[in-house]
Amino acid sequence: MRQNGLKSEILGSLAQAAWFTVLLFPLIVMKVNVAMSKATVQFRWSYLPIIAIASFVLSFVWRRALEWSSTRVEKPAGSSFSSKIMGRFQIFESNKTIRLATVALFVLCVAVYPFALGMYHTNIMITALIYVMLALGLNIVVGWGGLLNLGYAAFFAVGAYTYGFLWKFVGPQFVSAGFDTGWLFWIALPMAGIIATVFGVLLSLPVLRLRGDYLAIITLAFGEIVRMVLQNASDITGGATGISLIPRPWFLGFKLPPKQAATYIYYIAVILVVLTVFIVRRLEDSRVGRALEAMREDEIACQSMGIDLVHNKLVTFALGAFWAGIAGVVLAAQTTYINPDSFTLWESVMILMAVVIGGQGSIPGAIVGAMLLKLLPEYFRPLAQYRMLIYGIAMIVIIIFKPDGLIPRKRKSYYFVKKNSADSGHEVRV
Amino acid sequence: MTSEMKPILEIEDLSMVFGGLRAIDCVSMHINSGEIAALIGPNGAGKTTIFNCITGVYKPTEGTVSIVDSDGGKEKIQGLKPHLINNKGLARTFQNIRLFSNMSVLENVMIGRHNSLKGGILSAIVRDRRTREEEQRILDESYEILKKIRLDQFVNETARNLPYGAQRRLEIARALATDPFLLLLDEPVAGMNPHETKELEETINLIREQEKVTILLIEHDMSLVMNVSERIYVLDYGRLIAEGTPLEIKSNREVIKAYLGE
Amino acid sequence: MDYFLQLFLSGTAKGSIYALISLGYTMVYGIVQLINFAHGEIYMIGGFTALILGGYLFTLGLPVPLVLVLSIFAAVVFSSAYGFTIERLAYRPLRNKPRLSALISAIGISMILQNFVLLMQTEKYLAFPSYLPELSFLEPVTEYINSTQVIILGTTSVIMILLTVLIKFTRIGKAMRATAQDTNMAQLVGINVNQVISVTFVIGSALAAIGGVLICSYMGQINYYIGFVAGIKAFVAAVLGGIGSIPGAVIGSFILGWTESLGTGYISSDYEDAFAFIILILILILKPAGVLGKNQNQKV
Repeated sequence: MRQNGLKSEILGSLAQAAWFTVLLFPLIVMKVNVAMSKATVQFRWSYLPIIAIASFVLSFVWRRALEWSSTRVEKPAGSSFSSKIMGRFQIFESNKTIRLATVALFVLCVAVYPFALGMYHTNIMITALIYVMLALGLNIVVGWGGLLNLGYAAFFAVGAYTYGFLWKFVGPQFVSAGFDTGWLFWIALPMAGIIATVFGVLLSLPVLRLRGDYLAIITLAFGEIVRMVLQNASDITGGATGISLIPRPWFLGFKLPPKQAATYIYYIAVILVVLTVFIVRRLEDSRVGRALEAMREDEIACQSMGIDLVHNKLVTFALGAFWAGIAGVVLAAQTTYINPDSFTLWESVMILMAVVIGGQGSIPGAIVGAMLLKLLPEYFRPLAQYRMLIYGIAMIVIIIFKPDGLIPRKRKSYYFVKKNSADSGHEVRV
Repeated sequence: MTSEMKPILEIEDLSMVFGGLRAIDCVSMHINSGEIAALIGPNGAGKTTIFNCITGVYKPTEGTVSIVDSDGGKEKIQGLKPHLINNKGLARTFQNIRLFSNMSVLENVMIGRHNSLKGGILSAIVRDRRTREEEQRILDESYEILKKIRLDQFVNETARNLPYGAQRRLEIARALATDPFLLLLDEPVAGMNPHETKELEETINLIREQEKVTILLIEHDMSLVMNVSERIYVLDYGRLIAEGTPLEIKSNREVIKAYLGE
Repeated sequence: MDYFLQLFLSGTAKGSIYALISLGYTMVYGIVQLINFAHGEIYMIGGFTALILGGYLFTLGLPVPLVLVLSIFAAVVFSSAYGFTIERLAYRPLRNKPRLSALISAIGISMILQNFVLLMQTEKYLAFPSYLPELSFLEPVTEYINSTQVIILGTTSVIMILLTVLIKFTRIGKAMRATAQDTNMAQLVGINVNQVISVTFVIGSALAAIGGVLICSYMGQINYYIGFVAGIKAFVAAVLGGIGSIPGAVIGSFILGWTESLGTGYISSDYEDAFAFIILILILILKPAGVLGKNQNQKV
C-alpha cells in the first residue's frame, strides 16, 4: 500500500471515529435519570475512549470488508470455504464404514443426551429443536418461496393454543369420560398442524397480489393482530395469563414425573425434527419445491411457464404454517403453560434471523441457524443481555457480506451418462 | 418445409390502453400453423405489448385473441391468466431475460416441464415409484432439450453465470420445455454478436423442423428477420402498417417511412 | 358533542405526529423503495436526545425557552445524523441487491438501535419533562384542547408548508422528485443520486425527531420501545395515503389519528393498536395503492 493511500485511509478513519464519537456521545456517554420531573445527567467518561478506538478500528475493518465484498467474484463450485471444509469430510462420503460409524455415533449422542446432561440441558435442547422446526418451516416460505413472512409466530401461537384450547375446553369432558389427559397431546398434534395450515391459507388469500415489502408488512400486521386477540379475549384465551397446567403426553399409559417427561418430550421432539428434515428434503428435490423456487426467482416468468402463482403461494404459506403449528404443540407440552408473550413480533424476527443467518433456502443452514440462535445465549450467559444487539449486527453483516448465509444452499448436480447406443440420461447425484 | 396456410392463432381488433396512452390500436393478425412469422417495428411501437396481451400478462382493453383448432373452432384466450394460456400451448421468452438466475440450467428447463407432471405435495414426500419414474422422465426430457439447443455442457451451471448468448438460448429451451404449439420469441438475438445470431438462426429453424412448433418473433435485427421469417407484420405507434413476405416488406413505402422518416 | 370534539382534536394532534413520522417513511420509500423499519427508532432517539441534552442544559441553569430550542435543535441534528449514518452503513451497500436484503437490514438496524438505547440508558419508562410553553390565550378552551396539542398542530402545519415549498420550488426538491421517478435517468442528467438519497434520509429523520420531542412532551414519558409502535402506525398511515406520496402520508396520518381517537373513545381502548393494523389489512386488500396512490404496472 502506498504511503499516500495509507495516510488518507488513516485520516478517513479518524474522521469516522470522530463522527461516531460525537454521534453516540449523548446516548452512550451521557446517562439520563429522571426524578420528580427533573432530568439529571451523569457522564460516563470511561466509555468515550472506547467508542473512539472501536470506531477507528472498525472503520478500517468495514472498509476492507466492503472492498473485499465488491471485488469478490463467484468462485467455481469447489473452492469456497465451506466446500473446502466439506471436502475434508470426503472421507465420509467415500468410505462406507466410516460413514456408518459417524452416523451411529451421532445417533448415540442424540439418544443419550438427556441422560448424559440432565434435565436442565435437555430442556434447552428441546427448545432448540422446536426452533429448528420453526426455522425449517419459515425456510420454505422465505428461503424457497421468497415471501417474507414477519408474522410467523402467529402460526406458532395457533398450534400452541390449539393444544391449550383442547385442554381447556375438551379436557374436562375427556377426564369425565374416563380417558387420560395424556392422549390430548397426540390428538392436538395433527389438529394443530391442520388448523395452522388453514390459518396459513387464510393469510395467503389477501396477500396474493402483494409485492415483497407490502407482503412483509401485512404478515407483520397479521401476527400482531393474532397476538392482540390472544391478549385481549381473556374469556377464551386466558388473556395475559394464558392457559396453564397443560398436560404432558403420556407414555404407554403412565404419567411421567417432570424429569422423565422432559426426556420423553425430548425424544418426541427429536423424532419430529427428523421427520421434518426428511419431508423438507423430499420437497426440496421435487416438482413442488422447484415451483416454489421459480416463484421466488421470477414470478412473471414462472407464470408464463405454466405455474399457477395463486396455487403456489397458497401452498407455500400452508406448508410453512403447518410446521409452526406442530412446533407450537411441542412447546405447550414442554412448558405446560402458554401465554401471548411467547409469540411476539420478536419471536417472528428471531426465526427469520435463524433462516437468514443460517442460509436462506438451505436446510442445513436453517438447522444451524436455529441451533446457534437458541443455544448460544444459554451457553454464553455473560453476553445474554447483548443477545439482540449481537443478532442484529450478525444479521446485517451476513446480509451485506454473505447474503447466502453461513451454509448456503447447494444446488443439486446431475450427471448424464449414455446408456449403450441409445441416448438416454442416467442421473447420478452429487 | 412449407407451411399450410391454416391459422392457429387469431388476433382481432386488439387494443390496449394505458391511462391516456393507446399502446396498441385495433390490431388484427393471424399466425398460420408451422410458419415462422415476425413482428417488427420501431422502438415503442407496441410489439411487446401485443406479446403481453397474447400471453395473458396484460388483459387487453378491446379485441380478442383466439386459438383456432383444426376444425376452425375458436377459443378465446385474451384476459386469461398466463399459466392457463401456457397450458393451452403458448410459450414465450422475454425482452429482458427472465431466467431463474440462481437455479441451474437444468432446473430452469425442468420447471418448464412442470405441467407434464401430476404429483403434488404428498407424492413428493412419499416418492412412490410413479413419482420417481416421472422425475426421471423430466430429467431425461430436459436433458434432451438442452442437447438440441446445444446447452448440454452447461447442465449444472448456475443460470446467471452463463454467457449472454447462452442465457437467451436457455430461455428458449425453457419455453420449449412447456411443450407449446406456438412459441413467441421477444428479441431473441438482442445484444448478440453476428456469430451468436447465426447460431440462433439455426436453432430457430431447427426448432421449427424438429419440434413442429410455430414461431412468432419480435426482432430488430433485420438480417435475422429477413432470413428466417415467411411473413412479417409491421407495427408503428400501435398500429399495423404493413403485412407481407420479406420481399414485399422490404420495398414497402410505409415501412421505410416508419423506420427512416420521410 | 363535547366528547366528540375532544376526541377529534386529540385525534388531530395524534395525526400530526404520525404525519411527521410517516413523511419520512414515504419519502424514503418513494426514492429507494425501502421500508425503513429503523425509522421509528430515529423518532425515539430524537426524543431521548432531547431528554438527555435538554436535561443537562436545564441543570446548567439555562432558561426554559433556550433549553427548549436547544434540545429540539439537538434532537434534529442527532437524529438526522443517525439517519444519514444508517443509510450509508446499512442501506447503501445493498442498493443493487434484491429488495429482501435491504428490508432484512432495516429490521436488523431497528433491533440494534432499540437494544442499544435499552442497554445504554434504561428499559424503564422515563418521565419526560416538557419544556413547551403554556399558551395562556387558550384559557377558555382548555377543556377541549391544551397547549401542547396546539403547539403540535401549529408546528406540524408550518413544517408541512416548508416541506411543500422545498419539494416544489427548490432545486434539491426537484432533484428529489426526479430521483423518485426514475433513479437511472436522474443520474444520467447529472443529479448526484447518492446525495439526494442522503438528503431525503436527513429530512425524514429531522421530521421524525421533531415528532419525537413533541409526542414525548405531550405524553410526558419516553421509553426505548415507543419507536416501534409509532413507526408501524406511521407506516400504516403512509400506506393508507399512498406510499411515496407526500400529501398522501399527511392524509393517511390524519385518518389514522381520527380513527384511533374515535375508536378508542367510542368502541374500546384495549384494541387501540389494532385499529392501525386493521386499516392496513383493509387497504392492502382493497386498494394497495392507497388513497392517493396510483396502481403501478410492472414492466414486462
